[in-house]
Amino acid sequence: MVHWREIGSRAAARARDVANLLTTPLLPDDMLGTLNPVWSTTEPAGRVVAVRRETADTSTLLIQTGPRHHRHRPGQYVGVGTRLDGVWHWRTYSATSRPDDRLLAVTVTAIPGGTVSGALAHATPVGTVLRLGPPAGEFVLPEPVPEKLLFVTAGSGITPVMGMLRHLAATRPDSLAGAVAVHCDRTAEDVVFGAELRALASATGMRLVERHTALDGRLTPDALTSLVPDWAARQTWACGPAGLLDDLGDWWDRHGDADVLHVERFVAPRPAAGAGTGGRVRFTTSKVETEAAPGEPLMLAGETAGALLPNGCRMGICHTCVGRLLSGAVTNLHTGELHDTPGEPVRTCVSGAAGDVEIEL
Amino acid sequence: MATLTADHLTDEQIEALGAELDALRAEVVASLGERDARYIHKVIKTQRALEVSARGLLLFAKFPPAWIAGTAALSVAKILENMELGHNIMHGQWDWMRDPKIHSTTWEWDHACASEGWKKSHNFEHHTYTNVLGKDRDLGYSIMRVSADQEWHPAHLMQPVYNQLLAAFFEWGVAFYDLEFDLVKDGTKSKEAFKADAMRLWRKARRQLAKDFILYPAMSGPKGFLASAAASLVANTVRNFWAHAVIFCGHFPEGVETFPEEQLEGETRGQWYVRQMMGSANLSGGPLFHTMTGNLSHQIEHHIFPDIPSNRYVEIAPRVREICKRYGLNYTTGPLTKQYGTVLRKISRYALPRRAEQRAALAHRTRSIAALPVRSEAPETQQPVRLAG
Repeated sequence: MVHWREIGSRAAARARDVANLLTTPLLPDDMLGTLNPVWSTTEPAGRVVAVRRETADTSTLLIQTGPRHHRHRPGQYVGVGTRLDGVWHWRTYSATSRPDDRLLAVTVTAIPGGTVSGALAHATPVGTVLRLGPPAGEFVLPEPVPEKLLFVTAGSGITPVMGMLRHLAATRPDSLAGAVAVHCDRTAEDVVFGAELRALASATGMRLVERHTALDGRLTPDALTSLVPDWAARQTWACGPAGLLDDLGDWWDRHGDADVLHVERFVAPRPAAGAGTGGRVRFTTSKVETEAAPGEPLMLAGETAGALLPNGCRMGICHTCVGRLLSGAVTNLHTGELHDTPGEPVRTCVSGAAGDVEIEL
Repeated sequence: MATLTADHLTDEQIEALGAELDALRAEVVASLGERDARYIHKVIKTQRALEVSARGLLLFAKFPPAWIAGTAALSVAKILENMELGHNIMHGQWDWMRDPKIHSTTWEWDHACASEGWKKSHNFEHHTYTNVLGKDRDLGYSIMRVSADQEWHPAHLMQPVYNQLLAAFFEWGVAFYDLEFDLVKDGTKSKEAFKADAMRLWRKARRQLAKDFILYPAMSGPKGFLASAAASLVANTVRNFWAHAVIFCGHFPEGVETFPEEQLEGETRGQWYVRQMMGSANLSGGPLFHTMTGNLSHQIEHHIFPDIPSNRYVEIAPRVREICKRYGLNYTTGPLTKQYGTVLRKISRYALPRRAEQRAALAHRTRSIAALPVRSEAPETQQPVRLAG
């Protein structure tokens, strides 16, 4: 019997070998990427084909992705790399498009004083090539979708939830019929996706509560419970500023079931006081040695010294930047926790040096 | 510090010179940006386009016009790839862009020598110990005598011949020299380390050979096979002669100094800068010439700032030259033909043992070198202007 499939895959492997040899020491992919960066499979990229202005400080970038971009699950984020003044910068943004959409949408809010978010939101011409990381994040809806849903969002915290809402509205609108979405922003004009949210609510029967904090003040757990009396019976997805998420976390811990509250943090928690004494850090693979200041992430110290380090969200979420600790100790800059077990994987983006340290990166 | 041409400088002056160069470097680093990124992307695109066109033309290698155009394009592509891309990227000149595709830790070049070993012998040994006798293995590549202070051996009589052989097979010279066979012989390198390096060379080299001499020739068809293989051979050889000439002109022309090992003891940053400048020489020419040398035509600037992007060397050269002039230091430069002529003369001169060499040299020299603490090899360069005060 002839194993056609086996012969086929062998032939494909042989063809790949020949192609690799033709372009050695480069990869065929490097040649494709030179012709069109979007064709690269080793450095996946996408081209911005449209920019939608959402509010004064927020834009949605619609991106044509290449062959290697994996579909996201609603609620996940993707790494976005952009070249600013010659240098590649990476940030993570929630995908606001549906997984089946032809274009990937990421929604970017310009942070005051943020060079990367500002450039992406305000100065991204159509045609810009952005590099893309794989979709990641656990802030997603389970299968099957829970019956009673509650979304609590503030500001740009609406973005991952918008990905979920669009997906549910298109595929299972009935699951939104009994859902509640509480969304806060300064004024009605500041609400990202305001008109679409209102239309979506009236089409599906979802209850939308808009809270304009300039008038009504910040959302507290107290206020939330009076707005949504059956909060404890709902699976809740919350995304917004750290203060709000901390308050909600405390509330669910004390008065509810912490397991049904799912949160997504955009901005890393503030460094724990006095975290990391600083010290000399050596990246063994890159052969870069430099001084890390107290409280300075190892990644930042390494990059400043010219090391090329893996990086993704840069806020301790995605674990792209993990390297093995060879010697010394590091401090988790968020919690102040000390890690000194040799061989332990550490996230360089949220770890500071606690004395001299060696990382295998 | 005991270099001849810098002897007139006080320690304070040398440190002031170092501070000036540090400031110049900081200024360039702070101004790197989009313009530089565009430059390297443009060179990469041009080089890849040239290479693809060359290979395309050579599919028809049996037709002489296609062979000539293809071989010329392939030679230029290989020169650009090795010199303006490979050498400079592996120096870390473009690491600041944080682009994993254009980075010293990931780049592999179109060369028999694997990047990993080359980075150690070149970036570390040659750039740290530049022109220090007994430390810089690039000084004559351990087979040639290029300084009066190197001991003469009868084998050196043949060096004008094997210099030409080295030029023709320069790529392989560099690759085999990286195995450090001389260090294995004197016991400073273990047999295991040598074996590991030899395996690495074999893995890299066989792919290079298979590509150039089997795969692409085979694509030219049975009738074009030999012509296509010959094109690869010619392109590699053209690149070899060119790289050899440019590199030898960087450190061995008349006017460039060598240093005794004591020089390294307690060497300050300022003294390091002076040694780098006195141990290097530039080549003069136009923009295309500079690009084709990988900007090693600015060897002096490259040696004081090895990891500054190559497109910046030509811009800072007038300022480095002005600094040299102000401190009364030589800034050796000249056109390729002249500089290469002095290199070849030097290789012939030092092929002879010292006494005969001295006798031969006496006729050209205006002063005796024997009385001086360290030998200058600058019989044809002008005495530097001394600093007033």
